[in-house]
Amino acid sequence: MKMKKFREGLSNTSSTLGIIGIVIFCLAPFYWMFVSSIRPATKIFETSLWPSDVSFENYGAVFDPSRGFGRALLNSVIVAGTTTVLALIVATFTAYALARLEFRGKTLILTVIVATSMFPIVAIVVPLLQLFTDIGWINTYQAMILPSLSFALPLAVWNLHSFFRQMPVELEQAAMIDGCTPGQAFRKIIMPLAAPGVFTTAIIVFISAWNEFMIAVTMVNDQAMQTAPVAISKFGGVSQFETPYGSQMAAGIVVTIPLVILVLIFQRRIVAGLAAGGVK
Amino acid sequence: MSTSRTTTTRPDAIAPRAQRRDSARRQSRLAWMLVAPTILIITIVVIFPTLTAVYQSLFGVKGIDPETGFVNDTAPFVGLQNYANMFIGESGARFWNAASNTTIFALLTVTLETILGVTMALIMHRAMRGRGLVRAAILVPWAIPTAVSAILWKWIFDAHGAANALLGTQILWATSDIPAKMAIIVADTWKTAPFIGLLTLAGLQVIPDEVYEAAKIDGANAWQRFRRITLPLVKPALVVAVLFRLLDALRMFDLPYILIGARKGSVETLSMLVQDEASNLRYGSAAAYALMLFAYVFLIAFAFIKVAGAEVIGAEEKKKIPLRQLFVNSRLPWKRSRKAQEEVA
Repeated sequence: MKMKKFREGLSNTSSTLGIIGIVIFCLAPFYWMFVSSIRPATKIFETSLWPSDVSFENYGAVFDPSRGFGRALLNSVIVAGTTTVLALIVATFTAYALARLEFRGKTLILTVIVATSMFPIVAIVVPLLQLFTDIGWINTYQAMILPSLSFALPLAVWNLHSFFRQMPVELEQAAMIDGCTPGQAFRKIIMPLAAPGVFTTAIIVFISAWNEFMIAVTMVNDQAMQTAPVAISKFGGVSQFETPYGSQMAAGIVVTIPLVILVLIFQRRIVAGLAAGGVK
Repeated sequence: MSTSRTTTTRPDAIAPRAQRRDSARRQSRLAWMLVAPTILIITIVVIFPTLTAVYQSLFGVKGIDPETGFVNDTAPFVGLQNYANMFIGESGARFWNAASNTTIFALLTVTLETILGVTMALIMHRAMRGRGLVRAAILVPWAIPTAVSAILWKWIFDAHGAANALLGTQILWATSDIPAKMAIIVADTWKTAPFIGLLTLAGLQVIPDEVYEAAKIDGANAWQRFRRITLPLVKPALVVAVLFRLLDALRMFDLPYILIGARKGSVETLSMLVQDEASNLRYGSAAAYALMLFAYVFLIAFAFIKVAGAEVIGAEEKKKIPLRQLFVNSRLPWKRSRKAQEEVA
């Protein structure tokens, strides 16, 4: 009896230690970003765990009008937002058809969608860059939004597909027996019930579109059209040899905080969505 | 709208089999209508550019023609020259370096991530308290944009940064070959190991406790239970997670591009090479490299699915009640139901 208690205690302690280990592993670098962002520029190379002087001058520097970071944030919101909305509208219908309807060529379409999500984006960037150069789309929103659909759309279809499949088919059966057309059943019964799934998918797609870098850095060379991740990576220092880590860390915090808040609020749903989309 | 006109009012004249065929056709037409926009977009943004790339890869660079001395307005046709250049000379060396970097990164990061991820999942699965906290923490590296995490790790791996302070070393991470590679591997593992952990945890949670209890009664120790029960049962979930991560790692771009820099041989990946060629307007060779990367990714995916037996599409459950039945029985706005209405009238 004593032995059992001891073992239980040991296993509890080790699992607690494990949990602490995971939390530190995940959060320590993020914490370092935050601490560095509130160090004054002169003490940026300090390596103490908490800054001796706390200063928000880096945040001031990030939003200095000459840097155009506010504009970059706006660009990111426009590009990631439009990508998400477009992908979701198109994906909802497709995912419903794939989850519920019987038709020839379904497996082929599913395969194409999965294959697309594994596709190296850089392979489409080259021809699209040339095309967009020819038609004068360089430095436009559509030049970033359209290629972003190449990963956003398959992601959205795949996620929604698994959500629709989890919903009992009896719902539509009942609705249609009561005289609904399939369209009505979809609109009046399925959509309201699928709303949480659509919302979760929206968050996941938005985060991946918000994080997109390669397309944005290739299709845009005008500073005013840069998205936030590109803008941060291109922050210059006073001289060519100095990297302005303080303001980069502050900008990193600014770009990440909305996502971290989203993730903390909707963590349960996001985990369910990722598990459904990633494993099934 | 009357809802009374349901299944019973339909004429019995139509043979059941014809009904079924008709409804299948109607269902299939609706399905294709719903699927069409997705197919259209994928064609525009994926299939069409890929085919264009194949064509593009056969052309050289605009510029002075070495034979005539005139300036070309159009890119000259060079046949398979771009592909041949991958294997020889200076461009060949750069290609092979990028290909080996890509492979090393993919192999090492995915191996590390899988080991760490599975360990994390096992810890989380057993934990009684603090699950919510861990779940939130684990999503943070995933949610941070790769570009931002690259800058964060660049800062950590700065000569005056936290890594050197912590290790008591004075390594110039960014400028030396092996340390630069290590920095990339550490940063990538940090960002995605939690993600593998999350997916594995989802797989673990569907294993019923009874299985473990039975094994315990049969005298299996912890290691045996892990090897014989946990691993096989969690394998399907894990294999798909690893496959997706592997393909993701093969197209790595942001992290080395920002952490170390563009055109740095120590960490240049195939994606970086393609992007660099394209932004220097060498579309032909960029397209050829891109297709090579595409072929490589495809090959790995194919081999992995064959060897590990990943079920990506997932077997459709057959017991699903066919919706076909509903299409026959419900009132529909399509032609046939109108015809049926006329017949009734």
